[in-house]
Amino acid sequence: MTTYRELLAQTKAEIDEIDAASLAAQLDSDAPPVLVDVRELDEWDEGHLPNAVHVTRGHLESRIEGVAPDRDAPVVLYCASGNRSAFGVKTLEELGYTNVASLAPGYNGWKRDGFPTVSDRALEPERRRRYSRHLLIPEVGEEGQLKLLDSRVLLIGAGGLGSPASLYLAAAGVGTLGIVDADVVDETNLQRQIVHSTARLGDPKVRSAADTIEALNPDVTVQQFEERLTSENADRIIGQGWDVIVDGADNFPTRYLVNDASVWNGIPVVHGSIYRFEGQVTVFKPYEGPCYRCLFPQPPPPELAPSCAEGGVLGVLPGVIGSLQANEALKLALGIGSPLIGRLLLFDALTATFDEVALRRDPACPVCGESPTITEYIDYVEFCAGGAHA
Amino acid sequence: MSVVRIPPTLREQTGGEREVLADGGTVRELLNDLAVKFPALGARILDNGGIAPFVNVYVEGEDVRTRDGLDTPVDEASTVILLPAMAGG
Repeated sequence: MTTYRELLAQTKAEIDEIDAASLAAQLDSDAPPVLVDVRELDEWDEGHLPNAVHVTRGHLESRIEGVAPDRDAPVVLYCASGNRSAFGVKTLEELGYTNVASLAPGYNGWKRDGFPTVSDRALEPERRRRYSRHLLIPEVGEEGQLKLLDSRVLLIGAGGLGSPASLYLAAAGVGTLGIVDADVVDETNLQRQIVHSTARLGDPKVRSAADTIEALNPDVTVQQFEERLTSENADRIIGQGWDVIVDGADNFPTRYLVNDASVWNGIPVVHGSIYRFEGQVTVFKPYEGPCYRCLFPQPPPPELAPSCAEGGVLGVLPGVIGSLQANEALKLALGIGSPLIGRLLLFDALTATFDEVALRRDPACPVCGESPTITEYIDYVEFCAGGAHA
Repeated sequence: MSVVRIPPTLREQTGGEREVLADGGTVRELLNDLAVKFPALGARILDNGGIAPFVNVYVEGEDVRTRDGLDTPVDEASTVILLPAMAGG
């Protein structure tokens, strides 16, 4: 009686195996081998080697002639770890194939060593309908939509900026939205905070926003953080694998915490701020462009920092700026276009004009500069009068 | 005379004006002229003869700190933007 282990060892001794680097070189050559993935469909869907064809081990004998009609041409089989493909090679040799090898480390080893893989997961029919206007855009397409569904975006604040940003990101099918906000919905919010409604007065903003978002798009999972960002919880909240942070905070202490955490965690921040008729948008991508502290190393003193609660804001202004933030977040998640890295876009609602100024990294920046002097979170004293989210 | 854009958070210091004119061949001369015309604004944007730490000054879309600072040249056609940090959201 032969055990599986013995049969496997015996088979591997009889066939040719190839390592990942050698296969990569062959695939780059003028005469690449026919590459056959013999795993099951669900494994293939999770990801596979570029230019591979999928023939499950169970169909190998009956279908190999269709994908490799020339029995003397090179063929490489792979499975997850090189066992099923080893048996497959032996079978192909019995069928008369003369130049067949098994990828020894399998797909898992190939991927682990950083060689390229692709995924051609497909969207379900109802998702194809929902996102059809995205699928029609070549820069997004099915692959981009799947990327969005896998994306994780953290919104700081469910206020004026977070309202339109969260709605558009949810509608676009960003799969996971985190929302950080400790406030409850009050009457003064409803002039501009369109993710909330009169019926939700008094409710926590994160819950109100989550309900609106889930009603808009059930594909989206909302992670609610009903708390204010502090030095204590910054790493817990921000260290959850977010792809992009959308900063719509209404106060300086939070903005500086978001900046420092994003630099230390390597997460791009789409920054927006508003006051009366004017707003600003930029993208702080750690080490590729400046961070907030490159612009303003320290928060200003209270008398120089009026909040929206004191100064007022035109209701539609956060609609413009928050939508621009959603635009930047989608571009970053998709990896397309030219994000506002190193560029600050200024919008004036009264004159309906946009201006742009260049932002550059400061080598002396206390957080992302050459010799950082700030290496721990700082809780600046709250001085935003009113405290309500603008 | 160059056009200087005044941010909304500093308009109280210019009597509500969104844009003002100021004279100067360099950022230093221009800011000093502004401080003469609008003393309250000068107190906000100048600090011991330098640019106050919470305000950035842009000439032709470039932060003067990344050029020649207060010696950055300004010409009549230049638009100068004063930009303090804003936190509202």
